[in-house]
Amino acid sequence: MAVLEMPELTALAPPMILALTALVLFTYDSINPRSTNRPVIAGVATVGSLASLGVAVWFILSGVGTPLEEGGNGVFDLFEGQLIVDQMALFFMIIVGVVTALVSIASYDYLRDHTYQAEYYSLILLAATGMSTMASANSLVTIFIALELASLPSFALVAILKSNRGSVEAGLKYFLIGAMSSAIFVYGISLVYGATGHMQLDAIANNLDAAEEMNGLLGIGVLMLIGGFAYKTASVPFHFWAPEAYEGAPAPISAFLSSASKAAGFVIAFRVFTTAFPLDAMQTLGVDWSIAFIVLAIVTMTVGNFAAATQDNVKRMLAYSSVGHAGYALIGLAGLTVDGGELVLGAAMMHLLVYGFMNTGAFLFVALAEYWGVGRTFEDYNGLSKQAPVACVALAVFMFSLAGIPPFGGFWSKYFLFTGALEAASTNVWLLVVAAALVINSALSLYYYSRLVKAVWIEDAVLERESLSQPTGLYAAIVVAAVMTVLILPGFGPVADAAINAAGAIVA
Amino acid sequence: MMIEALIAVALAGALVTFVAPNRIAGKLAFAISLVPVAISLWMFATFDGSGNALIDGELAFESQMEWIQLGDYAITWFVGLDGISLPLVVLTTILVSLAIMSSWTPIDMRESQFYGLVLFIEANLIGVFVALDFFVWFIFWEAVLIPMYLLIGIWGGPRRKYAAIKFFVYTNVASLVMFGSFITLVFALGDGVSSFALPEITEAMLNGGPESFAGIGAGTLTSLVFVAMFLGFAVKVPVVPFHTWLPDAHVEAPTPASVLLAGVLLKMGTYALLRFNFTMFPDQVSQFVVPIAAIAVISVIYGAMLALAQTDLKRIVAYSSVSSMGYVILGLVAYTQFGVGGATFQMVSHGLISGLMFMAVGVIYNATHTRIVTDMSGMADRMPIAVGVLIAGAFGYMGLPLMSGFAAEYFIFFGAFGSEASTYMPLFTGLAMFGIVIVAGYLLFAMQRTLFGPFRLETDYEIRRAPLHDVAPMFVLLGLIIALGVAPELIFEMITDAVDPIVDLAAFGGDA
Repeated sequence: MAVLEMPELTALAPPMILALTALVLFTYDSINPRSTNRPVIAGVATVGSLASLGVAVWFILSGVGTPLEEGGNGVFDLFEGQLIVDQMALFFMIIVGVVTALVSIASYDYLRDHTYQAEYYSLILLAATGMSTMASANSLVTIFIALELASLPSFALVAILKSNRGSVEAGLKYFLIGAMSSAIFVYGISLVYGATGHMQLDAIANNLDAAEEMNGLLGIGVLMLIGGFAYKTASVPFHFWAPEAYEGAPAPISAFLSSASKAAGFVIAFRVFTTAFPLDAMQTLGVDWSIAFIVLAIVTMTVGNFAAATQDNVKRMLAYSSVGHAGYALIGLAGLTVDGGELVLGAAMMHLLVYGFMNTGAFLFVALAEYWGVGRTFEDYNGLSKQAPVACVALAVFMFSLAGIPPFGGFWSKYFLFTGALEAASTNVWLLVVAAALVINSALSLYYYSRLVKAVWIEDAVLERESLSQPTGLYAAIVVAAVMTVLILPGFGPVADAAINAAGAIVA
Repeated sequence: MMIEALIAVALAGALVTFVAPNRIAGKLAFAISLVPVAISLWMFATFDGSGNALIDGELAFESQMEWIQLGDYAITWFVGLDGISLPLVVLTTILVSLAIMSSWTPIDMRESQFYGLVLFIEANLIGVFVALDFFVWFIFWEAVLIPMYLLIGIWGGPRRKYAAIKFFVYTNVASLVMFGSFITLVFALGDGVSSFALPEITEAMLNGGPESFAGIGAGTLTSLVFVAMFLGFAVKVPVVPFHTWLPDAHVEAPTPASVLLAGVLLKMGTYALLRFNFTMFPDQVSQFVVPIAAIAVISVIYGAMLALAQTDLKRIVAYSSVSSMGYVILGLVAYTQFGVGGATFQMVSHGLISGLMFMAVGVIYNATHTRIVTDMSGMADRMPIAVGVLIAGAFGYMGLPLMSGFAAEYFIFFGAFGSEASTYMPLFTGLAMFGIVIVAGYLLFAMQRTLFGPFRLETDYEIRRAPLHDVAPMFVLLGLIIALGVAPELIFEMITDAVDPIVDLAAFGGDA
């Protein structure tokens, strides 16, 4: 295809399109500062994120990022290996694109009375640019810059409902914990640099021998990096901000952060630990990080699930469920062994993609409920299916898919994680415990997911309701997310191939 | 491609019905559901398969397509029919159509959603019986739960919320146990299998079985998986002591959902037992024959005694299902042509008879708004047709000759009595036969109390004759029950053809 002829920089088109769209919105805003022309602003944001998504899909289909030996167009190394565009980068750019597009469409209705329209969308797109760049960052420096680019707009977005105390409080908490974890992360980087003398991930891997005498230093550095990832992915022990931030933030922003931002956190974790700290070399150094991830995975999924089961507020339940799902995705790192593990890593990537649809959809349903003003607790949702059957079908799809029940996408990705963990169990018996924890937690999670289905479908409304409006944008986003959650089941073949190939390329 | 058409019609019909106006939803769903009936009858007429689907049989309407390659294992869209699954598919399509018609009277709110869910459940039920890849099968198996949960939860009786969640949790936990153990088994089979296709896994199991896995020895592992899968399916069947979800679900479910629950959903459990436990693990079956037979006999007797203690007509029918499913297990464990064949025949026969019973009880409830035996008597005076059908169904249950229930129970007893699976089989068979006596006892007792004698009704509700669309489905079922009773070879020939390869696996020869 024609892709071969393009200058190398074009490989970065997905994040660049997002950045460009953000700048267009900035320009529009500076020319016309008080504009509340929502169709234009939301339209530009949606088109921009869809374009970024489309380009990323086109790239991955046309073999960009696939090594030349495998008949692809080659992996793109940019700026001397600071950024890399391989299959995994494109895979995560797709996730970010999907979530950004869904959130932009849904925000059209959600922001109907809001003053700061263009600011909101340009912040979303800037954060998305950061996340998209995180997918391709290949050096601790670029990782940190991309991470900050994603974080700073997110803080502002959480607090964007300026007159809403909850929103402002959530923004402040998110910012303080974010700042602290950034500090820890940077300190970790400096320790790794001190031990190996490099920032670029491949260079770190090549110079791990040099760290032999400073393996304690390296170990602490790695531990601090794990702390940074735990924050970004809302995993234990840095998950406390998640329920606060998600609950206080506008619901589309909660959707954005819990899906896209989490995925972006995972891609840097995947890349750093497979590229910079290969397990066999690290085990010779005595820094076996897989143990840390095994513990983190089990604790995170269990904590998230148990906390979610006790919530009365739907948004908080979803927030804790998102902690639980971070635990599932961590199996991708916990299941890596010296023998490889492209299956389990690929499964975690698939899970994040499916999660991008089902979790975004679930939070957007909350956005819809906030738009209607029906309230926040399970009880307030009672009997919604009478007024809004279509949206409630979609909600049932999201909930059952999150619980991992067939015939929805969440079943496949959870099952693949389970298989991957079992496969790794032949090398490391502890993975059997992880696999068991995954199954038990999935079974438990059905309790609180089905509670929401029960509320909207089976319970009768506490108060009589007038008929509810059907906002076009929110409905469109929810229906698209639901349809994708279902269609990804028959269409899982290519997704699985792409994820496993991408994981295989980076593990090998 | 006919199987895909069958499922696609039901799925598309479910979508269309879901968004159709409430007013026409019932009629529309019925019209749509006639298409799968026609397709399945056409399949029945042109069936050209032979042998067992899992053991080198000739499949009818086979279709296979690559789906996902997962590590060393391929997941394929693989469907086909043999002599065991085809009768069950026909049973499903017919029962769904009749259940839809019988819901026209009792379902009076959110009709389009109700009929949409019924058609959705039909698609998944068909899928369970046609799937020959473990994943395809499991997806359909699990997907049945969601619509049934909603059917019970939204349109059910007063305790519907409790019943719905109990049904969901029980069966879902059982499914997870079964799923986890089967996947472990496939991994332990090692290089012998490269896909999740059930025939391939069966072949690997019959030629050597698994290696040791994660420190567990091969023999122990196989036995563990066998037991775990048996327990997983036992909840669905259900057998005592895993039956407690069933009376709640049945009683609270609206009539058409009860019909499907008793008629088809319970058969998913016995069908899966036959396909997995009794086909893939012949050695474990002979190892565990005494406990399984004991469970079967206990289900028969205890289920019947529970039914004897009930005063709610629907509970009586529900518990008697536990008893009937006990016969199926007894026939399976006998491992003879008549035992396993009779068990399969009983699945179909019980589907028809229990469907009929639930419909008749539903019609009486629609007219009287009570199901309590002591609240009414002399109903035969006021509702002669419904009562006549109810009596006919009850006799079918008791095993009156020339009705399908007789043929099924006769086959099972004959097969089990002559079985060499264990020296105790004649004893177990003899004990199980007592079940029939109890069944006759409680059914006749309930009939006599409610249907005959002077008319009396404790609710102030005016009785009207049941409309034709309530009665017609019952006559169709009655016709089928008698047809199968007079000429069991209509389906028994294709069943035995598919069952023989399983019976040949038995270590003890397995004739009779």
